[in-house]
Amino acid sequence: MLQAAQPDPDAPLLERLRSGDEHAFMILVERYRPTMLRLAAGYVPNHAIAEEVVQDAWLGFLHGLSRFEERSSVRTWLFRILINRARTAGVRERRTTAISDIAATVDAARFDSGGNWLAPPQPWTELVDDRLAAEKMAEAVRLAMVDLPARQREVVTLRDIEGLTSAEVCGVLEISEANQRVLLHRGRSRLRERLESEFGRA
Amino acid sequence: MRLRLPVRPSLVCQQAVELVTDYLEGALSRADRRRFEKHLGKCHGCTEYLAQMRVTIAITGRVTPDDLTDEMRTEFVELYRRWQRDRDAGESP
Repeated sequence: MLQAAQPDPDAPLLERLRSGDEHAFMILVERYRPTMLRLAAGYVPNHAIAEEVVQDAWLGFLHGLSRFEERSSVRTWLFRILINRARTAGVRERRTTAISDIAATVDAARFDSGGNWLAPPQPWTELVDDRLAAEKMAEAVRLAMVDLPARQREVVTLRDIEGLTSAEVCGVLEISEANQRVLLHRGRSRLRERLESEFGRA
Repeated sequence: MRLRLPVRPSLVCQQAVELVTDYLEGALSRADRRRFEKHLGKCHGCTEYLAQMRVTIAITGRVTPDDLTDEMRTEFVELYRRWQRDRDAGESP
């Protein structure tokens, strides 16, 4: 396992948490609850159950505080607790790789028989400089995330929204670097496709 | 002595788009990275594709987390206090 190159930004909160500082706890909750909720939603049928899973994970986190030895970052450990709880509670877990995880990321019809672009990507990236358009795009991505297969959504959430390193994501989800890259690639490709279809110049 | 260099066919677009994430992650071998960049150098469509993936990543990073309502805040504070009480009760029965 790779060592984290940077010091854990949450480490200073641990001591405060152990000594009963509510404020330190709320800082962590504010920081990670949205991501935890997103991850939990991939496993359980509705929002209310996802909220329950998140609460349960926080309780597990607090109970484990005295045993936590800081060999991983706080958030890696926290997310791992969450994923484990969500899987236990969940009905939507995919143990095997879904078809959508191995299919090509760009529709084959967009290439000619030699594999060259027949319908190249429609440009849209210049719109991102417009604040309003950028907000619409972020909203489109948020909606598109819901449709991603659970594993892809987990990896994209942790990497691109939460900003975890690939090593951290592998630690949280207990997957290989190669598997992580495949899921990341599929997930990001789908989001790109959605943005192109909504904002590309036809 | 005859030098035999392995001849690797150049990439086509359909292959190049599948390498984008490995490229951004720095996971390509040196030879594959060169092949990928060589393809980009002469392919406008794939250059655009790579740019779109980069912007997609940036936009995903802007997805804002939902804010905590006051009600939820109270619930979490309560959760923490309960844990503390249980712990303290366990330590000094």
